[in-house]
Amino acid sequence: MLKNITLGQYFPGDSVVHRLDPRTKLLWLAGYITALFLANNAWAYALMLAVLIGESAAASIRPKTLLSGMKPLMFIVVFTAVVNLFYGTGEPLLKIWVFTVTADGIRRSVFMVLRILLLVCGAFLLTYTTSPLALTDGLERLLGPLKKLRVPVSELAMMMSIALRFIPTLIEETDKIMNAQRSRGANFDTGKLTERAKALVPLLVPLFVGSFRRADELATAMECRCYVPGGNRTRMKVLKFARRDVLALALCAAMLAAVVLLRRV
Amino acid sequence: MTDAIIKTENLRFAYDAESRNVLDGIDLEIARGSFVAILGHNGSGKSTLAKTFNGILLPTEGRVLVNGSDTADPEKLIDVRRTVGMVFQNPDNQIVASVVEDDVAFAPENLGVAPAEIRARVDNALRRVGMYDFRLHAPHLLSGGQKQRVAIAGVLAMEPECIVMDEPTAMLDPIGRREVLEAVRSLRRGRGMTVVLITHHMEECVYADRLIVMSEGKIAMDGTPKEVFPRVEELLSLGLAAPETVALLHSLNARGFALPLDALSVNECADVIAKALGRREGSSLPGGKIQ
Ligand SMILES: Nc1ncnc2c1ncn2[C@@H]1O[C@H](COP(=O)(O)OP(=O)(O)O)[C@@H](O)[C@H]1O
Ligand SMILES: [Mg+2]
Repeated sequence: MLKNITLGQYFPGDSVVHRLDPRTKLLWLAGYITALFLANNAWAYALMLAVLIGESAAASIRPKTLLSGMKPLMFIVVFTAVVNLFYGTGEPLLKIWVFTVTADGIRRSVFMVLRILLLVCGAFLLTYTTSPLALTDGLERLLGPLKKLRVPVSELAMMMSIALRFIPTLIEETDKIMNAQRSRGANFDTGKLTERAKALVPLLVPLFVGSFRRADELATAMECRCYVPGGNRTRMKVLKFARRDVLALALCAAMLAAVVLLRRV
Repeated sequence: MTDAIIKTENLRFAYDAESRNVLDGIDLEIARGSFVAILGHNGSGKSTLAKTFNGILLPTEGRVLVNGSDTADPEKLIDVRRTVGMVFQNPDNQIVASVVEDDVAFAPENLGVAPAEIRARVDNALRRVGMYDFRLHAPHLLSGGQKQRVAIAGVLAMEPECIVMDEPTAMLDPIGRREVLEAVRSLRRGRGMTVVLITHHMEECVYADRLIVMSEGKIAMDGTPKEVFPRVEELLSLGLAAPETVALLHSLNARGFALPLDALSVNECADVIAKALGRREGSSLPGGKIQ
């Protein structure tokens, strides 16, 4: 059941989006998120949706894959939708006890859900099309100037790439432990919330203990391969901006400009 | 005087000041280009010894020299680590990147090697362990044997002179074990890499030039496999079993035969037994004839 978590996963491919420089894609995501927060009407949201669909087509990632990645976040989406429903001002359309639903509330709710969906899908498109190493390399280069302020950018980037590398391994391990506990009669799927929470204890303890041992062994293995924190590393794959990167960034600027203009509509 | 790549002098090591010595006076020379197997029961100090070979652990007393450089010298540490590569038991915990070729590139990247040279080293290392076709795969989707071969490639890309492997096959199924051993054997061919193999499996030691048996932090036995394995009782007292061929010959001897015990492969063992039976066939013992 945990196997279908695609958080931070990378689907190797050869599309235009795959070939973009990771720095371009990171800047794109930053631009896209900014645009999402600037968007304040249906036209602007329609544009953002169109951009996302276009981007996923260019990346040859099917919308279904993107949406299936949303599943673990469904609770947050529904929660946000319900809360925003009651936050509107103006003529009440419906009254439930002390809560009132207004046309404004429905509008807010729809926009908020769209905003979350687009934001998460935009971020997923980045991780789906960029190998974790390229991603952290790009981040390291973009944040490079912070090194002057003694921020350990390289070390943070290394930590992030290792975290991404171990997500699938830890998911696999969690699954294994869950199955082992199930075969001894543990029940993670039904029962009262308190019971289910209790069933998690024998799952989390071995997972934590295992993670510490793992971290220790990994650190030793990295030392054996001459890793020195803060050392001067080179890269096998050197990042290079190409024409397509300039083009992509120009498109990003155009999207931002369009959203700013649409705010006046 | 032999040409030793690793040399330990009166090496003692304790994990903390109050506890007993896990390594207790080890004097050892690993000859350049040799294949050394290290055996010993759980907790005898094998892994600890391995970690002193490249300065992951520093001696509490005595010293360890790699190509003549003291592992305790911080100036030489990177040189030492680059010379003596290390592969561990659990392949999952030594792979750092999410793509095979990126992982193999990790060590040369740390050493500041130029990008084109890294590319060449990575491709070469992956070919040597037969994983080149998997260079763009995600490591977590590979089998145990494949992961372990990626880990070996990751060390090879560092271009070490010696590889120390700490039970590299302990977590693998028989197929994975065979793959990894085949990779080890191909390292020995050609360039004559020095290999130190720590293992639990007697069969893996048969091809070693030298066999070291550890017990309680000391070297208990040291010699060629043909010298060490026939000492069956001694091995048993150290918590180890002789290879099955030797054990068979030994128990035949307990039943009145006088067979030599240094037959390590099944074929050698069969030869020894056939020869013995042939002799008995020639003798006048009744019922000695076997078709
Ligand atoms: N990190 C550690 N801290 C304290 N003691 C340890 C540590 N690692 C191993 N030991 C102890 O050192 C002894 C030798 O362990 P080890 O070298 O792992 O043996 P082997 O690899 O032969 O099984 C054991 O008694 C073990 O409990
Ligand atoms: Mg060990």
